[in-house]
Amino acid sequence: MAGLTKSEFANPVINWIDTRLPIFTMMQKEYAVFPTPKNFNYFWNFGALATVNLAIMIITGIFLAMNYQPNADLAFSSVQHIMRDVNYGWLLRYVHQNGASMFFIVTYIHIFRGLYYGSYKTPRELLWMLGVVILLLMMATAFMGYVLPWGQMSYWGATVITNLFSAFPIVGPKIVTLLWGGFSVDNPTLNRFFALHYLLPFVLVGVIFLHIAALHVTGSNNPLGIDVKSPQDTLPFHPYYTAKDSIGVCVFLIVFSVLVFFAPNYLGDANNFIPANPLQTPADIVPEWYFLPYYAILRSVPNKLLGVCMMFGSLLVMFVLPWLDTSPVRSARFRPIYRQLIWVWVVAVIVLGICGAHKPEGIWVVLSRICTLYYFLHYLVILPVLGKLERPLPLPESISRPVLGARGGGPLPGGAPAKPMEKA
Amino acid sequence: MADPSAAAATHHGPIHDSTGVPRRDLLQLITAAGAAIGAGAIAWPLIDSMNPSKDVLALSSVEVDLTPIVEGQGIVVSWQGKPIFVRHRTAVEIKEAQDVKLNELIEPQPDTARVKPGHDQWIILIGICTHLGCIPLGNKPSDPRGDWGGWFCPCHGSQYDTSGRVRHGPAPANLPLPPYAFESDTKIKVG
Repeated sequence: MAGLTKSEFANPVINWIDTRLPIFTMMQKEYAVFPTPKNFNYFWNFGALATVNLAIMIITGIFLAMNYQPNADLAFSSVQHIMRDVNYGWLLRYVHQNGASMFFIVTYIHIFRGLYYGSYKTPRELLWMLGVVILLLMMATAFMGYVLPWGQMSYWGATVITNLFSAFPIVGPKIVTLLWGGFSVDNPTLNRFFALHYLLPFVLVGVIFLHIAALHVTGSNNPLGIDVKSPQDTLPFHPYYTAKDSIGVCVFLIVFSVLVFFAPNYLGDANNFIPANPLQTPADIVPEWYFLPYYAILRSVPNKLLGVCMMFGSLLVMFVLPWLDTSPVRSARFRPIYRQLIWVWVVAVIVLGICGAHKPEGIWVVLSRICTLYYFLHYLVILPVLGKLERPLPLPESISRPVLGARGGGPLPGGAPAKPMEKA
Repeated sequence: MADPSAAAATHHGPIHDSTGVPRRDLLQLITAAGAAIGAGAIAWPLIDSMNPSKDVLALSSVEVDLTPIVEGQGIVVSWQGKPIFVRHRTAVEIKEAQDVKLNELIEPQPDTARVKPGHDQWIILIGICTHLGCIPLGNKPSDPRGDWGGWFCPCHGSQYDTSGRVRHGPAPANLPLPPYAFESDTKIKVG
């Protein structure tokens, strides 16, 4: 019959469904037999971990929402109600609260993996850009979620972040009023943040679907950064990488559990145990740890508009990274200089994070300025120039035949990209 | 490798231990069972969070002062979010409730089983129709009380007598009794 899929499943029920809606054939193709480079290291676990983490956040979030009141008068006490009265409410909240931190840990490592192994390079530019969209959505979601407990840090964090938009000339103050739904952060702000905090994770699911769909068109990158050349270079996703991902999920859940059960407030801020007070700002405003580097960039610039632009720019520059990096070699393993400079960049980001946690005075201002400068230097100068100057190491001929000492697969001329892959 | 039976199994096909169960089947069953237990352990806190929270459970009793309720009148108090009917029955109503033949009833139950001994004039009921959960009329003397002088459910026409027993369908059962006790002759504690 025209239009019907020829299903190979023996089970008659599965076959009947699959003939009409080939989801089983699709799962079989994309997750079971999917040819995956056989040389993944554990860095390739973090996409799966992030997906698991998102699922945990959505599930705990739905149950928290059943007990939470998005009302300025009730929000803080409804969170206390969750912590004290609701059955396992403490568990749901601590998992959700620390899940945000775990989500950023996992995602930042996932992004580092992409930077180190050149996963953003052709043909995976769009895949990478979708990833940047995911990061931005995650940040918006995390920020609005942090406002919901309506403690002092929630309230003043919301005030400071929304006021960023006031930096834009002429329309700035109007935008801020629009965001607030009033003339200060208040009940309307809390209501809309709750609505959006509930909505955005599902938008995330959609963008992540596109991210994975794009991944399954280009195929995964791998630690060597060279294309798959033959079926010998790949393994079926199941059971090889389902098993490897499962090990990663176990380690992830152990770390997550240690955080939830032994140090649930370690990453939080004591000020958020004080109900929001619109008439008093806490002595020092600090965002959650995952925003600290951006916060440091913001504060390192003495001009309001420029600071805001630099902060957003530090994220937006990642959209054009595939074109800023002019080297055709993907993996840092074969880029002797980039391999060191990427770590300088990581140190700069970590130092920015430390600066963001301190009051902007003395050495912290100097440090954050140097690191901000280096951050942009890395993207805007080093990467474009390095690709032209750096002499890459010889690339192996294939994933199956890695370079073995001096006998290696033989140098490819001028670090040219590997031949277009002939996929199985 | 540590298992001698594995080393002994030199023939082709699934490796069996001494019980004859293929080892792979056993491993798969243990894995699946472990996963099922884990999933259950994860699901339970989520499901239990939807059960009544501690502050809801704390609101489990309410005291009612009976002195303002005159004969023939009833009041409604809220207990755990449910309407509790407290009705001061007249001598006629008590007699009607006691004299009815049990075999005439849909759910046979003597009136003595539905009031506290020595407090025949007070009938205390959970005022939720056993049909589909509406609140029957009949506490105020001006309300419709049905043919048996008790309560009349406006939703589907069920009728209850002065002891709260169903006398006319579609309700299948008598109005249930809440747990309560007389703290004094003029005060009860529900719950």
